[in-house]
Amino acid sequence: MCELSASETELLGYHLRVNGRDYQVIDAQLCENLLYVLRERLRLYGAKNACLEGECGSCSVLVDGVLECACTVLAAAAAGRDVVTVEGLTPAGGDLSDIQQAFVEQGAVQCGFCTPGLIVSVHHLLSHNPVPTDLEVREAISGNLCRCTGYGRILAAVHAVAAARANGEGAGS
Amino acid sequence: MTTLVTSPRAANGLFSSARRPDGIPKVRGEFAFSSDLEAEGMLWGHLLRSPHPSAAIVRLDVSPAWEIAGVEAVITADDVPGWKTYGLEYPDQPVFASDVVRYEGEPIAAVAADHPDTARRAAEAIVVEYELREPLVDPEVAEEAEPIHPLGNLLLRQRVLRGDPEAMGPVVVEGTYETGMQDQAFMGPESGLAVPAPDGGVDLYVATQWLHVDQDQLARCLALPLDQVRLHLAGVGGAFGAREDMSMQVQICLLALRTGKPVKIVYTREESFRGHVHRHPAHMWYRHTADHDGRLVKVETRLILDGGAYHSSSTAVISNAACFATGPYKVPNAIVDASAVRTNNPPCGAMRGFGAVQVCFGYEAQMDKLAAALRMDPVELRLLNVLATGDDLITGQVITGAAPAAEVIRTCASATLPPGGPDTEPELALPGGASRAAERGRVKRGVGFAVGFKNLLFSSAFDDYSTARCRLEGGEVTVTSAAVEVGQGLVTLIQQIAREVLGVEAVALGEAETAGIGSAGSTSASRQTWMTGGAVNAACQAVRDRLLAAVANRVGVDAGALALEYGRVTSNTFGIDLDLTEAAAGEIFEETVMFRHAPTDVLDENGQGDAHVSFAFAAHRAVVDVDLDLGLVKVVEVATSQDVGRVMNPLQLVGQLEGGISQGVGFAVMEGLVLDGGRLRNASFTDYIIPTALDMPEVTIQALIEEPEPGAPFGAKGVGEPPSISSTAAVVAAIRDATGLELSKAPVRPQDIALALAARRLAPEEERTS
Repeated sequence: MCELSASETELLGYHLRVNGRDYQVIDAQLCENLLYVLRERLRLYGAKNACLEGECGSCSVLVDGVLECACTVLAAAAAGRDVVTVEGLTPAGGDLSDIQQAFVEQGAVQCGFCTPGLIVSVHHLLSHNPVPTDLEVREAISGNLCRCTGYGRILAAVHAVAAARANGEGAGS
Repeated sequence: MTTLVTSPRAANGLFSSARRPDGIPKVRGEFAFSSDLEAEGMLWGHLLRSPHPSAAIVRLDVSPAWEIAGVEAVITADDVPGWKTYGLEYPDQPVFASDVVRYEGEPIAAVAADHPDTARRAAEAIVVEYELREPLVDPEVAEEAEPIHPLGNLLLRQRVLRGDPEAMGPVVVEGTYETGMQDQAFMGPESGLAVPAPDGGVDLYVATQWLHVDQDQLARCLALPLDQVRLHLAGVGGAFGAREDMSMQVQICLLALRTGKPVKIVYTREESFRGHVHRHPAHMWYRHTADHDGRLVKVETRLILDGGAYHSSSTAVISNAACFATGPYKVPNAIVDASAVRTNNPPCGAMRGFGAVQVCFGYEAQMDKLAAALRMDPVELRLLNVLATGDDLITGQVITGAAPAAEVIRTCASATLPPGGPDTEPELALPGGASRAAERGRVKRGVGFAVGFKNLLFSSAFDDYSTARCRLEGGEVTVTSAAVEVGQGLVTLIQQIAREVLGVEAVALGEAETAGIGSAGSTSASRQTWMTGGAVNAACQAVRDRLLAAVANRVGVDAGALALEYGRVTSNTFGIDLDLTEAAAGEIFEETVMFRHAPTDVLDENGQGDAHVSFAFAAHRAVVDVDLDLGLVKVVEVATSQDVGRVMNPLQLVGQLEGGISQGVGFAVMEGLVLDGGRLRNASFTDYIIPTALDMPEVTIQALIEEPEPGAPFGAKGVGEPPSISSTAAVVAAIRDATGLELSKAPVRPQDIALALAARRLAPEEERTS
């Protein structure tokens, strides 16, 4: 977070559009980043708080379709833009997207703290590159740190989704 | 290779790749980690930490913090009602430093406020005047130096003396080695929510590795009876040892009790690096002697582990390092002098591999040196000396359980090498990766091999047990344990075991909390599969036996004639076929079991004694590409074989091996906390680098050796730690192979390679060949 002079601690309000829904943010400090506002004000805890400096990808979200670390986006600057979080990529009613299903089936989840960010990153990757090579997958998710898995099962999950989609087994959410 | 048997009685029973019960909420982003908790009217806490590694506190003025609007509590050491110190082995670590600070990052005060930034600013407003002292940062001189703590600077010396101290073989190799300070670097930062209770107690929702040991320490510091300090497991974002010690548990509870409001603390990544223990750095000297055939005659070693400012689990770590100092080999004569010392560096404690990792780096480098001196194949040398069941360790303990170490070595070494070489790798896969820095012709491939072992479960006469409860009510099975799921998949195994015993598919898991059930012990030492697995198995069996006895009694047959399969109580002979609800007939069956492993002894002053229950072995063969100009390393492949006893869940087992190897690879080539006069210089994920998907090599699981372990439930050994023990040593051995450099320190930094090779190129010819 940031150092503020007294005048900068004045509280402000703005609107955020997250997962297609309009949220009003009130009495916010200017220094709050998008991750803080998503989690602590909108109670969308899907984006995670592992490093708060854009290194680990745990808070990956889409801002106007661009993959971003929510911790490096000033929340007030995201007003008027389309923010998508893992919650927005999760089907209603307890179902899973094909990416989420593959993560569960392939053993890509251990502690799970990196998982929501990876779901967003992989969604972004496969939207732009439906049949990535192994190195392309590795490069695409190299901004998402995982400490538990060694990435092997995550890579397996991504390739499983790509293969299933290539076979016409649905594009998921 | 492994043959896997699927349970005939439940589709997701033992030995199946049952899926984790928390997988779905985790992929949906709905799983509540400890940092995701909230409560009505909640405040935010923040700790003020020392910026100095060694100083006297000459003035502490908290009044400026109170002047900031929104602040509701400011507390210091004076506000700790009970014990002012805590610790896993010795309570030598202050809740808040009051007179001296002994490491950079030591808490001095805590604030609760209405916003996390307000709390942080208020903590920073507190005035602390320090009288700086010269920090003690060299572990080599710590024992003789002026004590920096009333308990002294020697945390523990453990000697191990075996056989004839005068014995000498004709072939001698000697070396000194160092391993650095590794961080567990779990993703989910330390965090918790403390909620004051109407009874004057507190409910703490926290990510930890052992709820009950936190509760014991907390109650003493808070001066509250145990039943007023209730811990509840909050979602744990990885642990790897760093959550064995308490982080903010005491301070957050004090803030909640002081304000009468719920208080949440979430560490930043920098605080996480500063606020938890690390892997002990090690300084190691070794001398191996062997006969001309390669049989080890004697191993001498002097080990110094830097324990940092406080004790944490240094006693157990140095005991492990001493026990396993000579590796998984028959060593008839040994002199081990191992000590853990106190310094003003950050406190060190548990991390995956716990004392076994450091020495493996030393003894495996020595085995390669010995093989070179003997002009012998390094794998053959290891096979010639390797331990087997019936052999004794240097501690005199005879290995009575499974010890398929030779098969582990043989299978791993037989793995086919990956095809091609630096010439055929894609540019992105060369050293330097996305920077495209490598000049292909200057990249050289190397291959290295290492094997390691360690104990499973708690050792040295510790009363190690786990408690589990099975409840059958109206056809519903619930299993409850306070065992901590950190990501490893224990929750899956608990369900698999209950399914196997009771033949039902649906197994609910009760809450992990201190109020509802007794201790399950720590999620560490690769112990939960065995210990909590054993407790769950016994509790479920007790419920099954009582249920069958009740049915037998009711229908007037012998219980032995009844079977419980597919969730039904049946007897072909007597034409009985009842579902669980019918079988229970309104009765509730509940059994709680405390499961213990066989007792162990403490080591005597010569390091002799049966200190351990069981051992597990793993081997790794690493293939690396090294950029000879820039010193960058790409680990291409790690092949492994591991002694697992029995494969409980193939999918989860693969995840443990791949994850453990990634941490070993990281420690070999990139992971090291950088200290400068006791100050931590890289407390961030920008500067403390852990492997990404691009850094991580292919992992080839060559063999899972299934030799059932006597005394272990289902014959299964814990599998979490062995992947991290010899993977580091294997990778560095491969870099030595590629470069010809000695490389006696891990992690190997680019400059360790590039500068040494440049110096060698510039050296006169005669020096190069000498």
